[in-house]
Amino acid sequence: MNQRARYHPVAGTAAWIVALVMFFPIFWMVLASFKPELEAIATPPEVFFTPTLENYQTILERADYLSFAFNSIFISVGATALAIALAVPAAYAMAFYPTKRTRGTLLWMLSTKMLPSVGVLVPIYLFAKNLGLLDTRTLLIIMYMLMNLPIVVWMLFTFFKEMPKAIIEATRIDGASQWQTMIWVLLPLVLPGIASTALLNIILCWNEAFWSLNLTAHDAAPLTAFIASFSAPQGLFWAKLSAASTLAIAPIVVFGWFSQRQLVSGLTFGAVK
Amino acid sequence: MALRHLVAGAAMLAATAGAASAATITIATVNNGDMIKMQKLAPKWEAATGNKINWVVLEENVLRQRVTTDIATKGGQFDILTIGSYETPIWGKQGWLVPLDFPAAYDTADVFPGVRDALSSGGKVYAAPFYAESSFTLYRKDLFDKAGLTMPAKPTYDDIAGFADKLTDKAHEQYGICLRGKAGWGENMAFVDTLVNGFGGRWFDEKWNAQLNTKPWHDALTWYVDLLHRDGPPGVTGNGFNENLALFTTGHCGIWIDATSAAGLVYDKSSSQVWDKTGFTAAPHGVTANGTGWFWAWAMAVPTTSKQPEAAKSFLAWSTSKDYIKLVGDTFGYTVLPPGTRISTYANADYIKAAPFAETVKASILTADITHPTKDPVPYTGIQYVAIPEFQAMGTEVGQLVSAALAGQSTVDAALQKAQDSVSSTMEQAGYK
Repeated sequence: MNQRARYHPVAGTAAWIVALVMFFPIFWMVLASFKPELEAIATPPEVFFTPTLENYQTILERADYLSFAFNSIFISVGATALAIALAVPAAYAMAFYPTKRTRGTLLWMLSTKMLPSVGVLVPIYLFAKNLGLLDTRTLLIIMYMLMNLPIVVWMLFTFFKEMPKAIIEATRIDGASQWQTMIWVLLPLVLPGIASTALLNIILCWNEAFWSLNLTAHDAAPLTAFIASFSAPQGLFWAKLSAASTLAIAPIVVFGWFSQRQLVSGLTFGAVK
Repeated sequence: MALRHLVAGAAMLAATAGAASAATITIATVNNGDMIKMQKLAPKWEAATGNKINWVVLEENVLRQRVTTDIATKGGQFDILTIGSYETPIWGKQGWLVPLDFPAAYDTADVFPGVRDALSSGGKVYAAPFYAESSFTLYRKDLFDKAGLTMPAKPTYDDIAGFADKLTDKAHEQYGICLRGKAGWGENMAFVDTLVNGFGGRWFDEKWNAQLNTKPWHDALTWYVDLLHRDGPPGVTGNGFNENLALFTTGHCGIWIDATSAAGLVYDKSSSQVWDKTGFTAAPHGVTANGTGWFWAWAMAVPTTSKQPEAAKSFLAWSTSKDYIKLVGDTFGYTVLPPGTRISTYANADYIKAAPFAETVKASILTADITHPTKDPVPYTGIQYVAIPEFQAMGTEVGQLVSAALAGQSTVDAALQKAQDSVSSTMEQAGYK
């Protein structure tokens, strides 16, 4: 029996419904970004309207989108590269040379994700200030790397765990060092897993707002700060905010669209199934 | 001519401030119409002084948190902060802000004394007002005419409730009254505080004993909850300024009591369907008129951690000057002048002609006295807030309890008892008693 024959109409319909429900807010946001402010907040909502580019024009006049976008790309890619570089050897050691404390260490790493960020805001702010790192891309790269490192290590650990130990033993018998085994044998095998971890990490960095709003001012502000600048205490702003959000998510949506095959195959390759 | 005058003025201010070399200043601000205009005009100051501005625009609550963290840790990220009349005296007293001393050309006497006092502490001015507001009543003249009603110049709460009952037509999505219901010290509590003041209530007696379970609070909240249930729009607990603005400008509200800054937005033909059908009058009153119209000013201050205080002060002086206000009128039209800060703004015939709401706004701002906010004496200043550091948290918590009562999740009395217990406990812990 092939895969297609096992298609289940109820499950398929449910999948479509879930997908549409998840996509609807994005669709509505994009729609609102092309409406005049009054129509964006009209009740009942208007689906048919004369589209306008006025909101995009206004926000591009008021803020330097390219500077925010560059910071987002630089910080997300930098933090991801650093996290992967640190997590690969850590996950390798934990997967192939576990000790009695490995499991506890992994759980402890994950538990750090449960700490509310605001609880450490002041110490980290002071730390960054004393090191002269406030409003720098370096600071956000370090913060995002530290923030996502537990997830990256966990994901890579599960990918390494899937590898049969016999491969390691065979390479060791052939005279390869541990370093050579990791670089030349294991890494090519878990590359889809590393790629999907990196993609997921980039998305997490891209969407992070708490630290980017609190630790940056002007020079290192990424697209989350760009969006926040269009929220207004008084006056109508939904259409402009929608346009800013659309511009902010556009690069990551395009990136996700082109890499979805790698992302899905990587996630289903490891234990995250 | 005006531009040349302005540039010359800016150059003079820069010279007075001793800005010998070009500096880059960072301004933390909010996203509102007046600030957007300032960003558009700021290049004129940059060209005149050779200085440069980096703008950091944030949502109001994010800005407060961000700026508080930066000042408390002496981060020095900002040279100018956009803050309100609530924070200014508290932060000034704590030594977080640089006292301002303007050159004679600034004409400090032209700033409304009430506004100047609200931004001062211990006799020193700590922030320059960018715009000021009170609260007032907006109403639909066409609906009043149709129903044969007349809005008095100084309506009472009973008047408002009676009108709202007559104007409500829920079948046609027309609601007699729109008021803030969204929880928050700057949201529902801004209105509720003025309401309680009007009913003769107060937050604290002279010895800082909480007064939230007293009769005036009960009567005020009962009026508020009952009226909104009868004549308010659906989902009122989610409505803040912006939501009510949207409802009013799209013709769904008969009466709306809110900030005077709404006037310019409601009068804007491009975004309002009722710009020519709206009347403006004073905020309603009850057993007293004290504290029935709130007072708020957005202002700019220089933190003591600023790395460029002289350039920052120079920009403050320019952007809150008489010449700047004139420049706004010449550039964007006189309807949208930054309101409520200077006496000369209301002596400007162009403004009075372009903004029919100007005199009502001026009267509301002049009436709002933050030093006498209630019928009975109180140990605090502030009309829709209590000017103590603990108020932000207390106000938001009480706002949530009021919102819960409005949503029907608790009774008015139960909400007020919880509020009383919580506020009493906070004040005890903070050492006021």
